[in-house]
Amino acid sequence: MTVLEPGSALEPLTYEITRADLVAYAGASGDHNPIHQDEEIARAVGLPGVIAHGMYTLALVGRAVATWTDEAEVVELGAKFVAPVVVPADGSARITVEGTVGERNADGLVPLSLQITSDGTKVLGAPKVLVRA
Amino acid sequence: MPIDASLVGRAFPPTSPVPVTTEAVTAFATAIGGGATASVPPTFPIVVTFAALQDFLAAEQVELSRIVHGDQRFRYERPVVVGDELTATLTVTGVRSIGGNDIISTSSEITDASGAVVCTATATLVHRGGAS
Repeated sequence: MTVLEPGSALEPLTYEITRADLVAYAGASGDHNPIHQDEEIARAVGLPGVIAHGMYTLALVGRAVATWTDEAEVVELGAKFVAPVVVPADGSARITVEGTVGERNADGLVPLSLQITSDGTKVLGAPKVLVRA
Repeated sequence: MPIDASLVGRAFPPTSPVPVTTEAVTAFATAIGGGATASVPPTFPIVVTFAALQDFLAAEQVELSRIVHGDQRFRYERPVVVGDELTATLTVTGVRSIGGNDIISTSSEITDASGAVVCTATATLVHRGGAS
């Protein structure tokens, strides 16, 4: 666990996403959109290939926050999905979550300022995380 | 097209209640690579939120494969716990057309069995090629 001192760096965490993860996630979340499973359908709607659910990437942010804060209560979590995370048929996509601790706000909540990238490309925009810690 | 500004402000019927079971939470946590955990992953309410989005898309006859998630935010009143029974009520808050795509903004209020708000989920959906 990282001490949540304002300005302190949060250890970068990297996660891998495989097609099998997307199948498991579709079942667990109820999101069976075929663009997360089927190369042909993904390409037919103009995507570069099978892409991870945006919510998969946001869930990884949730995991990183839990690791850094020792499972502190999350009061706010959100982001824009600004670039597709293409998951190859073989191998995996990699997501790195890193950032710094912000200043405690008037409600006593701590914002985390994060960057979420996949091989150097920003995949989540305007991420917002607020924890009670 | 069924998607137009006349939808703005419309609240859709609440979803069926989604029970938060140990099995459902474990399946979700495992799928995101986290394995068994005592606390419910913060994005778990997407399950009932997605059910609300899916009901909305079905009602408006929009094909799911033409939808890309643009944005998702959760504001929690309290953590979700095993034993909760969650229901989402979706309201369309905006519809715009940009570059041949419809941008649909929604807000879903997620309540527990007592009717208390557990969290508010706002989502932007991009309906690809919707305006063509």
